[in-house]
Amino acid sequence: MNEKMIEVNKVSMKFNLSKEKIDNLKEYAIKLVKRQLLYQEFWALKDISFDVYKGEKVGIVGLNGAGKSTLLKVISGVIKPTKGNVKITGRIAPLIELGAGFDSNYTARENIYLNGAVLGYSKEFIKSKFDEIVEFSELEDFLDVPLKNFSSGMIARLGFSIATLVKPDILIIDEILSVGDFKFQEKSRKKLENLISEGTTVLFVSHSLEQVKKICSKVLWLEKGRIKMIGSSEDVCNAYKLS
Amino acid sequence: MRNIQRYIENFLKYRFLLKELVSRDIKIKYRRSVLGILWSLLNPLMMMIVLSIVFSALFKHAIPNFPVYLLSGRLIYDFFSQGTRAAMVSIRSSASLLKKVYIPKYMFPLSKVLSTFVTFLISMIVLLIVMLVTRVDFTLNIIFAILPLFYILLFTIGCGLIISTLAVFFRDVEHLYDVILLAWMYFTPLFYPAEIVPRKYQFLLKINPLYYIITIFREAILYGKMPSLGYNIICLSFSLLTFLLGLIVFYRKQDKFILYI
Repeated sequence: MNEKMIEVNKVSMKFNLSKEKIDNLKEYAIKLVKRQLLYQEFWALKDISFDVYKGEKVGIVGLNGAGKSTLLKVISGVIKPTKGNVKITGRIAPLIELGAGFDSNYTARENIYLNGAVLGYSKEFIKSKFDEIVEFSELEDFLDVPLKNFSSGMIARLGFSIATLVKPDILIIDEILSVGDFKFQEKSRKKLENLISEGTTVLFVSHSLEQVKKICSKVLWLEKGRIKMIGSSEDVCNAYKLS
Repeated sequence: MRNIQRYIENFLKYRFLLKELVSRDIKIKYRRSVLGILWSLLNPLMMMIVLSIVFSALFKHAIPNFPVYLLSGRLIYDFFSQGTRAAMVSIRSSASLLKKVYIPKYMFPLSKVLSTFVTFLISMIVLLIVMLVTRVDFTLNIIFAILPLFYILLFTIGCGLIISTLAVFFRDVEHLYDVILLAWMYFTPLFYPAEIVPRKYQFLLKINPLYYIITIFREAILYGKMPSLGYNIICLSFSLLTFLLGLIVFYRKQDKFILYI
């Protein structure tokens, strides 16, 4: 149980919030000459360090703009931090955005392969899991319909079914996803609980302290890009509620 | 060394994605058009007919078999211009995806160039048909046509990587590049013989990579000659250099893309 799955090492992330976006050469040259290339620096994350061990379920709480999503993006490798580094052991499944890379001109069948490829799976693997995805999403009758004719609920169902295909070593969840109608919500909640149990390492972001308390043993409280508090979920949640 | 091994492993992991992106480009391009993939053949054919009618009166005597001369140059140039242009906007148009999940970013320009390359190879059938119709002498040297195809692919990938990186940071490049491509087209002997370029401007041909590639391509298919070793070395070196330069530029800047798109 003492294997480090996620090692976040002094991570800082800086964004340049230029008031007006300079994206053409003329403006760039003018501003460079006039020495107006001053950006307003904004540190979305500042000096974050923590470790997550195998099987731990860590919640992340904080107000809007505290840097929760940025932290998840850094951990899942979408953004490279300005300073510091992140070490990941094992397979990571970010349930942050469902159906990333869906093409609306493609049929559901084609999109399953495309989205699977985006997540880094091989063709053989997707093929072997194809029926399972279709069955879980309950979209058997719409397999050859272009996605642009789907309702948003149907798209979300398809996305969820592909994203939860494998049992990952590390699961990253940004809010509990309420997907589809109430029947499917129940089903997806069960599937998530199934994934969360059995020793999977979980990073969980939510505004619902109830959910955090229920799932997580350890909680990280972010405020303005810094770690305000880290500890047992009971302590941190109570302190957070009082703030 | 371990880094390179990691890159190769990562590439292998995502090779199915590359295949999916390439086939998506081709499928979507022709979906809902009645003639579908036939357009890859019809388009260059019709273009050649129009240009042949316009220009053959001018260069009738200077160029034997004008249609093949024109088509061979035009196809290679079109691949280069379409490939690099598609690569240029590929990062921006995949912004929503890049912001959500981790994917090796070079997949986007690379897949655009490769899908253009596939349609380019399909349109080679037109060239073959026109060669048969105009009774070109087929020789064994036609095998050497593979070499310029390889060079142009490498060169286009390199340029595509560079231009796509530039376009992320400076949107102007997208507008400027059309003008550059137009000028480049006129400075490449596509529909006029290279000899008519005045002596003092000949150097413009000598610094034009496309000129060398098109020349050895025409030698192989049209004149039945074995392309000269010198030209091949020139082509190979600048293609390889551009390719490596593209990789380095792209690799150095790719982590900043997400802050600009």
